[in-house]
Amino acid sequence: MSVALAPAHAAPAPAANAVMMRGIIKSFGGVPVLSDVDFDLRQAEIHALAGGNGAGKSTLMKILVGVYARDGGTYEVDGRQANFRTVQDARSSGVGMVFQEFSLVPTLSVAQNVFLTREARSRGGLIDDREMERRTRDLFATMSVEVDPRRPLDELPTAFWQLTEIAKALSQDARVLIMDEPTAALAKTETVELFALMRRLKDQGISIVYISHRMEEVFQVCDRITVLRDGRGVMTEDLAAVTPRVVIDEIVGRKLEHALEYQERQVGDAVLLEARGLTSATKLRGLDFKLREGEVLGLAGLMGSGRTELARALFGIDPLESGELLLRGKPIQITNPREAIAHGVALIPEDRRAQGLILDHTVRENFLLPLLSRLSRIGFVDEAEGDRRTDAFVSRLSIKIRSIAQPISTLSGGNQQKVVIAKWLGTEPHILIMDEPTAGVDIGTKGEIVSMIRAFADLGNSVIIISSELPELLAVSDRILILRDGQVERVLERRDIRQEEDLHHAIQGVEVH
Amino acid sequence: MTGRPLFGRPSLAALKAFDWRQYIIYIGFLIVFAVFAITLGEKGFLTPTNLLNVVRQTAIISIMAVAMTFVIGAGNIDLSVGAVVGLSSVTTALALGTWGLPLPAAVVVGLLTGLIVGIANGFLVAYVAIPSFLVTLGTLGIVNGAAQWLSNTAPIPIENDTFTFIFGSGDIGPIPSLLIWTAVIFVIGHVVLRKTTYGRRVLATGGNAVAARFSGVDTRRIGFLVMMVMGLVAGLAGMLLAGRLHSGRFEFGAGDELSVIAAVILGGTSLFGGRATVIGTLLGSLMIGLINNGLTLASLPTSQQFIVRGMIIILAVSLAKKR
Repeated sequence: MSVALAPAHAAPAPAANAVMMRGIIKSFGGVPVLSDVDFDLRQAEIHALAGGNGAGKSTLMKILVGVYARDGGTYEVDGRQANFRTVQDARSSGVGMVFQEFSLVPTLSVAQNVFLTREARSRGGLIDDREMERRTRDLFATMSVEVDPRRPLDELPTAFWQLTEIAKALSQDARVLIMDEPTAALAKTETVELFALMRRLKDQGISIVYISHRMEEVFQVCDRITVLRDGRGVMTEDLAAVTPRVVIDEIVGRKLEHALEYQERQVGDAVLLEARGLTSATKLRGLDFKLREGEVLGLAGLMGSGRTELARALFGIDPLESGELLLRGKPIQITNPREAIAHGVALIPEDRRAQGLILDHTVRENFLLPLLSRLSRIGFVDEAEGDRRTDAFVSRLSIKIRSIAQPISTLSGGNQQKVVIAKWLGTEPHILIMDEPTAGVDIGTKGEIVSMIRAFADLGNSVIIISSELPELLAVSDRILILRDGQVERVLERRDIRQEEDLHHAIQGVEVH
Repeated sequence: MTGRPLFGRPSLAALKAFDWRQYIIYIGFLIVFAVFAITLGEKGFLTPTNLLNVVRQTAIISIMAVAMTFVIGAGNIDLSVGAVVGLSSVTTALALGTWGLPLPAAVVVGLLTGLIVGIANGFLVAYVAIPSFLVTLGTLGIVNGAAQWLSNTAPIPIENDTFTFIFGSGDIGPIPSLLIWTAVIFVIGHVVLRKTTYGRRVLATGGNAVAARFSGVDTRRIGFLVMMVMGLVAGLAGMLLAGRLHSGRFEFGAGDELSVIAAVILGGTSLFGGRATVIGTLLGSLMIGLINNGLTLASLPTSQQFIVRGMIIILAVSLAKKR
C-alpha cells in the first residue's frame, strides 16, 4: 500500500468533476430529509456545504460515503457510476470522511488507529508495528505535522485526533475528503493550521467537502459553496461572487434580523460579582475581574488560557485554592454546583452532550433536573407545576418539539442547546455563564441565542460568555476580558474595538496600536 | 447509543418499534403465563395454591430486585446481596437463639447487618471512587466468610414462632406474609422512583453522572444512598428467608445476586443506568419465578431447568434491546 498522496489510479480526465450527485432522495421513516439534491465537487477544490441543523448536509455526505443507502438519484465519482454500500467501499474508491464523532479508539496509538483493520503484517503474519509507525510518520510528514506514532491518542490534544482521521483517509489514497465540522473542537491556532493543511492537500489535487456552520471560516478557506435548506439545494456559487450576508439569508431562508450585529447597551456601575486573586489547581493564577449588573462580559483567549477553567471554578466544579468571590460586595463560598445555584449562578457547559444533557431522558426530565428541590414538597415532585414550567420555557425559547415527553436525543443540536439554556434560565439565575453556547448550532438558532442573551441582560442580570467565534463575542459583549495563562491580561471596552482583527491581535498578544 | 441514527428525525416506524420493545416484559410475561397455563393446566399450575407458591418462592428475589433497580438505575451494581442474605439470616438466628435477645432487638440486628455492609459498599463506591463491581465482588467474599465464621458453617435453628410468622412463614387468612412484604416494598419502590426527587436524581446520576453533577445533583451522595439501601433491603430479605426456613445458614441466598440482576434487567432497566422501572422489575422477578415453577411442574431435571431458564432470559433481553 502506498502512502504517497498522488492518486494511485490513472489520472482522471481534466476538468471532470471529482463527485457528481444527481437527484438524490432520502427519507427516514417517511420523513423526507433530502428531496432531489444535486451536488458537484470539482477536482482540487474546497467546497463548503452549508445549511441549518437538519438541512440534510450530513445525510447527503453519508450517502456519498456509503453510511446510508439513498432512496433515489445517482452519483458518480471520477466520472464512474458509484454505489457504495459501506464506508470501506467508498474508501477503496478514494472517498473518505472525517467523522464529526471521531471514529477513533482513544486507547490505541496514533499508528494503530491509522491502520486499524488494515494492519501491516510481517512475514510471520504478526502485526508489524514498526512498519505502521514508519508509514504513519511519513503520512504526517506529508501533512507537515510532527507526531510520535506510538503515543496513545488519549494522551494527545483533540487537534491530533482530527489529524489522525485525516491521515487515516490519506493512507487509503483518498482523493475526496469530507470534513464535518472539523474545527468544532479546535482552538484558533489549530484551526489556522488545519486550513493551511487543507490548502496543501488541495494543491496535491485532493478535493475537499467542508461542512460548517462558521461563515467566516467558510469564506477563509473554501472556493465554492452549496447551501441546503430543508433537504433541497438552494444555492451553489463561487464564494468570490457572494457575501456572507447573502449566504446566511439563503441558509435561514429569510432575512435574519440583525441579531449578530453589535448593539451598544447602557450598563450601570453597580458591581454584581467581584473576583480577587482566583487561583486553582486547574489553571487559574490569581485572576481578578468585576462583573457589573446588566453586563455581558466576554471571555477571550487562546486554548489553555483559563477561560473554561474560570467558568468551572465560578460554578463550583473545580475547587479554588485561594482567592475571594464577592457577590454584591459580600464574600461568598462556592465549592459545588449546588452552592452556585443557590447564589443564582448558572452554567451552560461547553460540552452539551457530555455535560449539559442526559441524552436518554426526556426534554421535561432534563429541564426539571436543577429545579427538583424547588418543585418538591417533602421529597415529592409537583408534577403539574413541572409540566407547566416546562411548557412555559419551551414556548418562550420556541423549542421545536412534538412533546415534552420526547427523548432529548431525538432533537437537533440547536434545539438541544435551547433545552440546556431553558433548563438554566428556569433556575432564575442572576449570573449566567455560557461556555461556547453556540457550538454546533445553526445560524438561525445562533441569532436567537444572541437575542436571548441580550434580553436576559436587559433585565439587570449579568452574563459571562466564552466563545471562540469572535463575531459572536463582538456582537453581544459589553466588555471583553483577554485571558492568558490563567490571568486577565487586558480588559477591552467593546466600543473601543473597531474590528475583529483588533480582538484577534489582542488574543494573540500582539500590540494593536 | 450505537446503531441509532446520529442525526435526523426518528422515523415513525422507529418510534412504534421502540414502544413495542419497551413493553416486551409485559408481553413476555403474558406469553410465559399462557404457555404454562395451557401446557401445565392439569398439573395444577393455575391453582391459587401454586400461584401463591410462586410468590413465596420469588419474594426474596423480588424484594431485593426493587432495591437493585435503584442501584442499577444509578449506574452501579451490587454483587454482595446474596452473601448479605446469608449473613443476616445467621446473625438474626444467633440473636434469637444463642444471644437470647428479644424479638425487636433481633430484628434490629438483622437489619443492621445489611445496613453496615451497605454503608461500607456505598462509602467505597461513592467516596473512595472504586467501581461498584469490584467493591461488591470483594465484600461478597468478606460477608460470606463472616457468615461461615459466625455460624461455624452449621445451620442455626430459629424457634421463635412470632418471628417466623411475621418473617416469611405466616399466612394472614389466605394471604402469605411474604406477599404482603413484597407488595409493600414494591409500592414504596415504585412511588420513590417515579414521584420523588430522590428517584429522579438516581436516574439522572445513572443517565449521565457528569451532567447530573453540573445540574446540582450530589451524585456521590446518590451513589452512597443506593448502595446503603440495597444493603438494608438485603438484610431484610435474609430475615425473611430465615423466617421461611426456620433457621439461619451461611449458604442462604448464595447466587441470588444473579437472579436479582436478571430480574431487574428483564424488567427493562438499563444495565448502564439512567432508565429503570419498578413495575418492570416486579414482572421480571415474577417471570423468573414462573419459569422456575413451570419447569419444576413439568418435571424437568434441575440441570435442564438451568439451561432453559438461561435461554429464556437471553431471548427476552435480546428482544427488548433497542436497535
